[in-house]
Amino acid sequence: MRRRATKHSFDSERLTPNTFAYILMLPAAIVMFGVVIYPFFYNVVLSFSNMSLRHFRDWHIIGFKQYAEVFSGKIFYSVFLKTVIWTAVNVFFHVTIGVLLALILNRKLFGKAAIRTLLILPWAIPQVIVALTWRSMFNYEYGAINLFIAQYLNMAPIEWLGKPLEAFSACIITNIWLGFPFMMTIALGGLQSIPQELYEAAEIDGASGWQKFWTVTAPLLKPVMIPAITLGIIWTFNNVNIIWLVSNGGEPSDQTHILVSYVYKAAFNLYRYGYAAALSMVIFLVLLTFSLVFLKRTRASEAAY
Amino acid sequence: MRLKVKGQKSRGVNLRAKVVSLVLYLLLVGFTIVVLYPIVNVFSISLRPSDRLLSTSLSIIPHDASFHAYEALFTQTPFLLWFWNSVLISATVTITGVVLASTAGYAFSRFNFYGKKSAMVGLLVTQMFPPTMLLLPMYIMLLKLHLINSYLGIIVIYTSTALPFCVWQMKGYYDTIPFSLEEAARIDGATRWVAFRRVVLPLAAPALVITALFSFMTAWAEYVVAAQVLQDTSLFTLPLGLKQFESSMSTQWGLYAAASLIISIPAVALFLILSKWLISGLTLGSVKG
Repeated sequence: MRRRATKHSFDSERLTPNTFAYILMLPAAIVMFGVVIYPFFYNVVLSFSNMSLRHFRDWHIIGFKQYAEVFSGKIFYSVFLKTVIWTAVNVFFHVTIGVLLALILNRKLFGKAAIRTLLILPWAIPQVIVALTWRSMFNYEYGAINLFIAQYLNMAPIEWLGKPLEAFSACIITNIWLGFPFMMTIALGGLQSIPQELYEAAEIDGASGWQKFWTVTAPLLKPVMIPAITLGIIWTFNNVNIIWLVSNGGEPSDQTHILVSYVYKAAFNLYRYGYAAALSMVIFLVLLTFSLVFLKRTRASEAAY
Repeated sequence: MRLKVKGQKSRGVNLRAKVVSLVLYLLLVGFTIVVLYPIVNVFSISLRPSDRLLSTSLSIIPHDASFHAYEALFTQTPFLLWFWNSVLISATVTITGVVLASTAGYAFSRFNFYGKKSAMVGLLVTQMFPPTMLLLPMYIMLLKLHLINSYLGIIVIYTSTALPFCVWQMKGYYDTIPFSLEEAARIDGATRWVAFRRVVLPLAAPALVITALFSFMTAWAEYVVAAQVLQDTSLFTLPLGLKQFESSMSTQWGLYAAASLIISIPAVALFLILSKWLISGLTLGSVKG
């Protein structure tokens, strides 16, 4: 047996299990080092430097000045607040709509498979297209939404993209539309794994539909949903696409930014590299702290990996 | 006697159940309409003749529908070139992603080695990086290496974006495949590599499909990274080209709409074909583990 194995040019048999594991890991590890770990530390260095377009070659370390600038600016707090609202509202609707639709789709219904497929579409369509399409639908004069409001609701058209609150709402509406299918899919998977006998047992005990939901469905769905919600929060918090493309880079007058779009602008439109690096670090630490607390609270860290 | 009572009760329940069903059904149809409307809207714009792009009509198929926008897209713009660029980049990222994630995920699932736990946590932590966290240093590195306007730079960035999630979810899926299968193969004389390649990998097909899909989607539809790294129009990927049409909305709305549909079709088709696997792969892999 041993002889036959040695005929292979890649002879895993002679290696200790650990060496084999390292070999399997190696390609991914090299890539990760080059494109994640090294840039990460480079970003840490940048955050302590004065690098900008003007100081691109002659940059030097200036200590915590960039961090001080992040926290001394008033805009940081208002953008941070908007980010929290953005994340909370989006994830709330993603989960509520997602679970609601999953519950309906889990029943026996005519045309269920087709409807499920159609409902996944927002997830399947590239985010850029979703964002730009909704932006065109929010157009004041020619956008479908204002035309609909004028024709069927008899209301005055809304200046969606020209005013801060309306533009921010437009971004949120777009993101809710594209985000619920993910939660729906996860919830549907979770529902299908709940044994039917549990519902039968609850029925024998005389439980109403509402009681069945809270005593059988909700507790069993929770371990599946918690990691998905954690991911959803992180993804939404970090989603630069929708804000950037629907509000066209924070319009009107940088009033619709969330943290990531604000950093993106600082880095690539204003070329404030050191400042952007420091702000990236702050965002990262906020998310890290949140995730640790959230996962600990919900005791889902086991289920998460 | 008992049966009869039960029958009467279930008739009352039946009527209520029917009403509930109807309400739920209407809800479902309502959501479906909300989901479909923007797609229909884009389709309708793409069919408008070029002199009526800015229309205030809400009808779905314009009375003077034409395929002019599609024709113009292929003959008067670099759309085909951008399409090819996107295919090239996405295919490379997908293949790299699948190879790297399938091997690394296997190592994480089956072996105990030094630094395993911290590496797994590290992968999770990268998911919390804001997009600029790696983009900015990488961008500056690419500037210094003169790799701006090159595909190498963008392929590397896309692969690194998709990889942590893919490794994680491959690992989760391998965990559900019983170890005894490999043991049996090993007893029959297979090496570790052969046991992995011929026994485990085929069983992990659903997870591989998710990995491939996720890598593909990362690259196919990405805008914010590409907008910084690719600045030459001839190197544009589809999302960059699309944004260019959109920026001059008044003149090129029809082109934008036609291009959107064509770009969405491969992504949506892949998604729908794979949606059956998607549910099992996601819930078994990344979520339950």
